[in-house]
Amino acid sequence: MSEHSHGDRHDHARTFQPDHDSGGPLPYLQVMEIATRELLIEKGIITPGEVSRQIERMDARGHSRGARVVARAWTDRQYKSRLLANGRAGCDELGITDLEALHLVVVENTEKVHNVIVCTLCSCYPKPLLGLPPAWYKSLPYRRRMVREPRAVLKEFGVELPEDVVVRVHDSTADMRYLVLPRRPEGTAGWSEERLAGIVSRDCLIGVALPLVGKS
Amino acid sequence: MKARFRPGETVAVRAAYPPGHIRTPYYVRGKRGVIERICGEFANPEELAFGRDGLPKRALYRVRFRQRQVWPDYAGAGEDTVDVEIFEHWLEPAAGEGAG
Repeated sequence: MSEHSHGDRHDHARTFQPDHDSGGPLPYLQVMEIATRELLIEKGIITPGEVSRQIERMDARGHSRGARVVARAWTDRQYKSRLLANGRAGCDELGITDLEALHLVVVENTEKVHNVIVCTLCSCYPKPLLGLPPAWYKSLPYRRRMVREPRAVLKEFGVELPEDVVVRVHDSTADMRYLVLPRRPEGTAGWSEERLAGIVSRDCLIGVALPLVGKS
Repeated sequence: MKARFRPGETVAVRAAYPPGHIRTPYYVRGKRGVIERICGEFANPEELAFGRDGLPKRALYRVRFRQRQVWPDYAGAGEDTVDVEIFEHWLEPAAGEGAG
């Protein structure tokens, strides 16, 4: 008897989220969500307007708070140490509230280390800081390939790293969420935090891009 | 919190394949790595998934694996790593070099 036969007993579906845009019939929970929402509206407990506003609020939550955290860390060395020691406390310090149950690990890019974030099991993402994840972050090819061949995937994103830079992939498998602290680019001496935050794109914070001066 | 492992310790991920909502990815089961940090203690997702309280809480670690140990044909640099969050009951003590 095989100790590990990939057969009936494995219920991958329980943990493993299918591809974001795989099509096909709606999954059970999505059907339940629609049914519950329609019932709540029918019974007058919530209104369609409230649902739309909440969706708009979530959609509007971009990556600006993540960029602010990075800009502060670039300009204040002691703040950076505190942020790396405790990501959540670093956000609290900037008065960033509404973080829900965020347990934040901030990983720092250096001359020798490049960090990148993925969630292979589903699509865990630091939404309170970065907003909703892009579709590619939730796609199977990204999730599958980023742990398997990160340098090839990074290259496709336009980030080509020399062999002597260590690539650290962080798989967000449980309760922690991650934010990449990119390297501050050359040519930004004397910039204000606001101006610095302007060159920190969402993709920089995931680790699939580098901040560029003159492209913002 | 009583955490069984300390940062820097080499551990092995259990090569077990139980059914259910398991947050330990397949690709690191049976692999050796090094404790990168203790994240704290959290309700057990394997219980939460079935509507139970997930208590007692379990210690959660970040374990760092060398990519070349995870994927024998890994094409990148030898020092490249993948860090994965793993609950204590999935880890066993292991001798020797892990992710270093």
